[in-house]
Amino acid sequence: MSTIVSTARSTTRGTTRSTRAELMRLRAWPAVWITLGAWLLLSLLFGYLFTYLSYTSGDPGFSDEGTTQAQQLARMMPDAVPHVFLQGMPMFGGALMMVLGALVAGNGYGWGTWKTLFSQGVRRTPALVGSVASLTLIVVGTLVVTFALDLAVSLLITASESQDVVMPSAGSVGEAFGAGFLVLQMWALLGFLLGTLARGPALSVGLGLVWALVVENLLRGVGQLLGWVENLTEVLPGTAAGSLVGSIVGVGGTDGTPGVVDTIPGDRAALTVAVYVVLAVLASIALVRRRDVT
Amino acid sequence: MDTDMTVASTESLTKVYGDRVAVDKVTMTVRRGEVYGFLGPNGAGKTTTLRMLLGLIRPTSGSARASTSVGALIEGPGFFPYLSGRANLKVLARHRGLPDSEVERVLERVDLASRGDDRFKGYSLGMKQRLGVAAALMGDPELIVLDEPTNGLDPAGMADMRALVVDLARGGQTVLLSSHLLAEVQEICHRVGVIDDGRLLRESTVAELRGGVSLRVRATPEPEALAVAMRLAGDDGVRRDTDGSLLLTLPADRAPDVARALVEARVDVHEITAAERSLEEVFFEMTSQKESVR
Repeated sequence: MSTIVSTARSTTRGTTRSTRAELMRLRAWPAVWITLGAWLLLSLLFGYLFTYLSYTSGDPGFSDEGTTQAQQLARMMPDAVPHVFLQGMPMFGGALMMVLGALVAGNGYGWGTWKTLFSQGVRRTPALVGSVASLTLIVVGTLVVTFALDLAVSLLITASESQDVVMPSAGSVGEAFGAGFLVLQMWALLGFLLGTLARGPALSVGLGLVWALVVENLLRGVGQLLGWVENLTEVLPGTAAGSLVGSIVGVGGTDGTPGVVDTIPGDRAALTVAVYVVLAVLASIALVRRRDVT
Repeated sequence: MDTDMTVASTESLTKVYGDRVAVDKVTMTVRRGEVYGFLGPNGAGKTTTLRMLLGLIRPTSGSARASTSVGALIEGPGFFPYLSGRANLKVLARHRGLPDSEVERVLERVDLASRGDDRFKGYSLGMKQRLGVAAALMGDPELIVLDEPTNGLDPAGMADMRALVVDLARGGQTVLLSSHLLAEVQEICHRVGVIDDGRLLRESTVAELRGGVSLRVRATPEPEALAVAMRLAGDDGVRRDTDGSLLLTLPADRAPDVARALVEARVDVHEITAAERSLEEVFFEMTSQKESVR
């Protein structure tokens, strides 16, 4: 019993150390900032800028067809921030997090840094869990910064349009954070798993993006013709992430936000995404523990 | 470990890749406080053996055990290219729970402190190698495994590295050194293991391997000289060198006896000198090849 307790303590200590170490190197890595910068830029462009330009010009854009100016303005108000914050996550938010996860895990093989680490007596499981934990903290940080930025832009628009400030309810903020975390974390960890599987970032990023952006959409199309494919798509990560967000923000007809769907109910979608999160971590640990590191 | 004196050991260690046996039942022992030279031609199985010893790859059969307090540089240094040398070591120190002062100590030790803030990707091969050695020295490990540590170093750097290894041994640290520089191994190693084609051919002290001092005799006529030599040194104690002289496995103080016996047998003595085989000569004899070794 005391051996188990001592091993658990040692693993926890190792994980904490590795989390600090990974955060130290990730925050100095330009690739992390470029990826997060791209997400924030895309999020603001599609969440506010295009809608605002359409609103001010009175010329509906591709994402605002069929909406009135009043509806466009309402979409940019602070109480709508949780929805705007979430809607880009199933598609490009997820894709960018997958790229980040693949880079974090995969580059360690190309650069030989996993080899350096493991040959200095650092145990594999705490090192890997530390890396996953640091990626998780980056996901949480991304959510906080994204929400803060969305809220700031929204308040700016509210002030410039002389509207009353109505803040979102705590419940809707919590719900958006929870769903956003599950979606981004799932894609980041699937990217991490792919990077581990491929022992490098290039192949894993390529395969991951093709899957997330192309294959799942094609399968959903084929699923309308073949029943068994439709059943299959219901358990795929993209469908689950899109359905989770769709259950909160609404799908908005056939021309809704790309990636946001209503294929499965929200609670089932959340469960499916959570299962992917757990499976991705366990599979990564199992792989790293068993494999030869050269 | 098996005994208090054993810091690393392997027992019938075997690694098979497909139908190729990379390491074949290697049994070796590294004792506390010694500098152990691990020699072998290219592809002999040295690095594979060291990787198994460090737990980087799994043996197909047999076992490998090393002290948990270990630092290693295996087949080239692997670091984050976007970080400085100092930051790379700090990341490693965080993983291992070591203070930053340890980073400064090892940077000084490998003479890299003044360039510690330069990015790793800008380092020369020699500087990268020195950083790899610095990483292996962090935390004052009981066992230091250095795989070709002088690769890429200029002559001054090689001399520094040699002095460092000797200094480490004086400080009580055990060094397992794989090197292609046989003169270097002869100079600084206490014991050596010679591996070829995956099999450990010999494990002994350097002096034992070189066969001690022998007597070189040049005398005519050769058949009579050979008969006298065999009478004095025994059938197994005489061998003919490439230049026709005879090498007798006898201590140097037996030279007068040899000279007297040869003269009494009416053999003309042209030369009697004490001869010592170099490690390189022994190595080439054992591995039956003249090409450069790794």
